[in-house]
This record gives sequence, C-alpha cells and structure tokens, in this order.
Amino acid sequence: MDGIKTLADLKKKQEEVRYRMSLRDRAEDPDSLVQVKVAMATCGIASGAKEVMEFFIEELDKRKIDAVVTQTGCMGYCFAEPTVEITLPGREPMVFGYVDTRKADAIIERYIKEGELVDGIIPRNYNTI
Amino acid sequence: MSRYKMHLLVCGGTGCHSSESNLVYEMLRDEVERKGLKGDVQVIRTGCFGFCEKGPILKILPDNTFYTQVKPVDAKEIIDEHIIKGRRVYRLLYTDPETEEHVPDSKHMGFYKKQLRIALRNCGSIDPENIDESIARDAYQALGKVLTGYTPRETIDLVKRSGLRGRGGAGFPTGLKWEIAARNDAAQKYVVCNADEGDPGAFMDRSILEGDPHSILEAMAICGYCIGATKGLIYIRAEYPLAIKRLKIAIAQAQEYGLLGDHIFGTGFSFDITLRYGAGAFVCGEETALIHSMEGKRGEPSNKPPFPAQSGYLGKPTNVNNVETLANIPAIILKGAEWFSSIGTERSKGTKVFALAGKINNVGLIEVPMGITLREIIYEIGGGIKNGKKFKAVQTGGPSGGCLTEKHLDTPIDYESLTAAGSMMGSGGMIVLDEDDCMVSVAKFYLGFIVEESCGKCAPCRIGNKRLHETLGRITEGKGMQEDIEKLRNLGSVVKDTSLCGLGQTSPNPVLSTLDNFMDEYMEHVHDKKCRSGQCRNLLYYVISEEDCIGCMACKRVCPTHAISGEKKEVHVINQDICIKCGACMEKCQFDAISLKNDYPREVAAISNY
Repeated sequence: MDGIKTLADLKKKQEEVRYRMSLRDRAEDPDSLVQVKVAMATCGIASGAKEVMEFFIEELDKRKIDAVVTQTGCMGYCFAEPTVEITLPGREPMVFGYVDTRKADAIIERYIKEGELVDGIIPRNYNTI
Repeated sequence: MSRYKMHLLVCGGTGCHSSESNLVYEMLRDEVERKGLKGDVQVIRTGCFGFCEKGPILKILPDNTFYTQVKPVDAKEIIDEHIIKGRRVYRLLYTDPETEEHVPDSKHMGFYKKQLRIALRNCGSIDPENIDESIARDAYQALGKVLTGYTPRETIDLVKRSGLRGRGGAGFPTGLKWEIAARNDAAQKYVVCNADEGDPGAFMDRSILEGDPHSILEAMAICGYCIGATKGLIYIRAEYPLAIKRLKIAIAQAQEYGLLGDHIFGTGFSFDITLRYGAGAFVCGEETALIHSMEGKRGEPSNKPPFPAQSGYLGKPTNVNNVETLANIPAIILKGAEWFSSIGTERSKGTKVFALAGKINNVGLIEVPMGITLREIIYEIGGGIKNGKKFKAVQTGGPSGGCLTEKHLDTPIDYESLTAAGSMMGSGGMIVLDEDDCMVSVAKFYLGFIVEESCGKCAPCRIGNKRLHETLGRITEGKGMQEDIEKLRNLGSVVKDTSLCGLGQTSPNPVLSTLDNFMDEYMEHVHDKKCRSGQCRNLLYYVISEEDCIGCMACKRVCPTHAISGEKKEVHVINQDICIKCGACMEKCQFDAISLKNDYPREVAAISNY
C-alpha cells in the first residue's frame, strides 16, 4: 500500500480497518445494544439460518444500528426455523419464526427500529432454570 | 468484503505462551479451517490479558466468553460446541472462587471489575503483529494531531498539565523531564525508551511491548518532536525475545506505512527507532548506567549532574522514559490533560499497572487508578489469599521497595503514601506474602538479589549490601545475636545515604521496612532460635511425639551424634543442642512419631540433659 502521508490518510486508513475491531468494541457492553441471536443448529442451518445471519450482520452494519449478532443452538422450534431471538435494550427477548431475508428486513425496519411487533412471533411458554 | 462473525482471541503473552497458548492458537486455526469456517471465524493472537494465573486465556467475541486454562486438545471441542452449535464449554469457564459459579464473561469477573486500563488499553484485544488493528484503535492519531496542530511547547505543556509522572520508580514529572531536554540546544538529541525491566516478579513493561508495541513507538516519536530529537532507541533486555520480535515487526510496519522515517505526515519532522539489547543487568534500569551500556561501556551509573537531559547518550541531550510512562502519552494527547488529571489522587495522576504475584488467588497483571487501596487490590481484584490463609504483608517496589502490612491495607496507594509507609511505587511489582512466609528470609532474598546485581562501582553498595546479606544469613541460620539487629539498622541507613545511584540508595529498604514492621520475628529468630513460619531450615527441630513413640530404640541406634535418649518402651527425647538435623531418625521411625516442628518443648529438653 501507499504510505500514510497526511493525517487525513491515517483517518482514511482507520475507516478502512475499523470494521475489523467493531465487533470487539461492541462486545464490551452487550447489554446496551440490540442483541440478535440466530438459532444455528442443524435444523436452522438446513432451512437457511446462515444466510439470515449474514443478512443481519451486513444490514445492521449498513443501516448503522449498533447490534451484536451471535449464533445460538436449537431453540426447539424446529417447525418454525429459521428462528431468531431479538433482545432490545431493557426489554424481554422476543423470538421470531420463519425468518427469511425478507422477514429479517421487516424485523430490522419495524421491530428493531420502531419497536413494533411483526408477524411470526413465537410466544415464550416455558420457564428455564 | 467478507466480515468475520466471530473473533477468537488467544493470549500470546509470555505467561500464556509458556503454557502452550501457541499450540492452542494453531489447533484452533487448523480446526477452523477444517470445518470450513475460515471466512467466518477469525483466530487472533493478542497481548497479555493480565489474568496469567489461569492461562492460557481464550476470549470469544461477540458473546464475550472468557475461557481459562485452555489446552490444545480443547480446540476441537470449542469449535464443535461453541462455534458451531453455540453452546458454551462450561468446564473451561472461569469459576468464581467465592460463589463457585461459572462466570461466562469477563465483565462479571471480580478481577476486571475495579480495573481501569489506560496503558494496557489494547493488550489482549488487538493483534500486536498487525499495524492495521492498532490503527483501528487510534494508533498514531495522537502523533498526527501533535505534528499538525501543536507546537512542541504546547505539547509539553499538555503533558505537564496532565500530571503524568515516571512509572519506572522515582515518579519524576514526565512533562518537566521533556521540558529540560527540550531546553538544551544540540544538533542531535535522543529519545530512549527504558525497557530494562528487572524487578523480580514484575512484567508490566514486557506485556505492554508484547501487546501494544505501536503505542510505545508513537509516544517516542511524540517525545522526539517535543524535545527536538530525530532518533529513538529502545533499550530492551535480551531475555525478552517475544517483545523484541514484536517490536521489530512493529517498527518495520510503521516504517512501511511512513509513520516512522522521514517527513512523517508530510511535515518536516523525521524520526526513526532502533533497538539496543541489554544483557539483563538490574542496574542498567538506572538511566546513566543504561546510557553507558548503550554506548558499549560497562553498565555502571555515574554521578548526576550532568543529567542525561544535558549530556546523555554519546554526550548528547537524552530523554529516558519508562515503557509504561510512554504508553500513557497517546491517550493523554487524544483525550486531554484534564481527562487524565481527573483520575487518581492529588499528586499522583492516572493509573498504575501492577504485577500481582505471590500467595494470591488471581496472579496477573492489573491496571488500577491511583488512590485505590491495597485491600481492594488484594481482596477484590486479587481474589484474596491462596488457600484461605492469613494475609501478612505485601512487598511492593521489588528489591528497592519495602513491605506493607495489615495496617496499610486501607491506605490509598500513590507515590507519596507508599514512600511514607517505607516502601515505594517502584516499577509496580506486588508480591503478596501470607502467614507461611518468613519476613527475615524475604529480606534476605532481596538482599541476595542486590548483592548479585550491584555493579560494584561504589563501596557502600558493593560491601555494605554484602555484609547486610551475611548478617541476615546468620540470623536465619539461628546464629544471630542482638547486636546483629543494631548492625542491620545502622549499616542499612549508611548504605542508603552514601550510595552513588538509585539502586544502592534503595537497596536496604527491604531490611529496614521488615525491621520496622516485623521486629518480633527478628527477635524470635535471634533469641528464641525460632522461625514461626517454618521457612528457616536451621530453626526447625526434630521432635518425637509422646503419643506416637513406642520406645523401640530404632532412632536412638541410628543417631550419629547420640542425641536421642530414653530407655526401651519409654518415650524418647532428642537433645536439640547435640542434634545436627540429619533426619536419620525420622527416616528410621516406623510409627511416624518424629516430625519437623518450628519449636520444641524446651523444659523437657533441658531436663534430659542431665
């Protein structure tokens, strides 16, 4: 690469490489961010959870929403895969089923941004220890 | 552009390195490749996380999972379970010693709760061998800001206002040091980074160099700009191969980017850095000795003045700063002097890195704001004393420092309070001692270190410390007398007052401070010939238990000095005046009746003499 000749060059370079660290910076304080958990067990992956996860990571970044996207195991709703659990700061986790990229788009736009509920919510009907 | 969904940070500090973190790194990388996750999961080797007690450390992001004591064989399970199935590997999580519960992420670990990381800001979260990661974390921004927007004068003022003081030991104000070096006119000046870290048990400088080398290079360039130097030298001991390797990589990368070299940021300022290796002499941490060593001369200190700021390396004005001091500089410039001076106490600003070692649960590297108490460090961050033993003292400042005891537990720590308590900040080694440690032996250990490391140039240090060491040796062997105590005190203060350099002037501190705080232990050694912690072998006694001895005479027959008396079927007694402590009796006894004790029933022994 070319040398860094000015402070502006350095800032540009920083912008270029910042994505490498953003994940690490965000992880420091997960409670204040939107948390997206994609169920990535065999059933989830078979019905396209991988693409959905990729979509969330890229789109949230593009739309400048600070979020942590992680994968998790099977939530047990294999009939409704891919399933995604969204936790908005200070709210109870909400699970959405049958999430494809179109649905994911709606979730980002309506639930994450506006807090409106969208179709496909799986009510949480169990207790954990 | 493909983005990694998960980052696996493997600690690559020397501590974890020596417990096979390298292999863990390779196994994880191979496993990631084998499972076809190469585009999704990034495996990175970082600098020290500080939690060396439980190394090797593996941190997984974004879920912030903190795995401890990861072995190479665990790599497959971690990838299969955690990465692919999203289930944490519980057996590798950190277990809270108090609640005995698994702590999934570092945010909830007591070890990290009270810490404030400025100098260690990037240690454990960036790849030190990749300049891009440093740049993403603001590396060289401060240099750019200074070169394009500040005059050297303004920069020095900013550092002065921040209240930053030298972290190497004496605590001299850094801004003032720069100002003096800047004031001296010369065609060539030098910036030297003192990375000759020699205190037993201290490794903060090494960790910074290994974890965030660019912060040091940047700070040296800033210093060069301020004082008008174009050359920087890092004096580092050859025992730090990993730090040297990473520094070399960092320098080469910075040069390639044009962040070191000629016309940095298109300005007229040029700066370059080279390494100088030390042979690991403790005295070379003293700045005049360090400069002599760099010049190829003997590593011996010389009289000040002239100070290095007037006549240093090759007779030119030289500014010497410690690694940790330099690591603070970029943060101060980016965040402002007021931000920095708002942290800490009245006269000691900012944070200090300490290396916690000894009888403490969480051995490791910590960075805390000045003014924190020892109690917070030991019980909250350090997790308390190992095996629930009783706290006795903490040795701070290495061989130049002293011991702090229970009564100092609630003293806020800063340069002044430590000096007032008879110790010193030093470079930040903190060795915790419990009830099983003998304070006389501890003092002897440090004096032994000083005797080895004294350069021999001045008599008080060369001869005085040797005599102090011998006297302590006599006391631990049970040959001490009352006048030895007086001798230690007198000679100690003479060495302190008359030595040439900082090494000799502080070397009797361990003796003097243990005399002040633990006189009763010295007295026991001298008068009762007793060491309560059982550390002094010569003050241990073979004692026959009255309950277990059946009077078989086996020990009596084997004793080479006929120290054991007693008839058949009667309890035997060892005469401690004759016993040479060979241990033959204990070996012979079939009934485990003979044991080593730190005291013996004196009346019984006295009667058996007749």
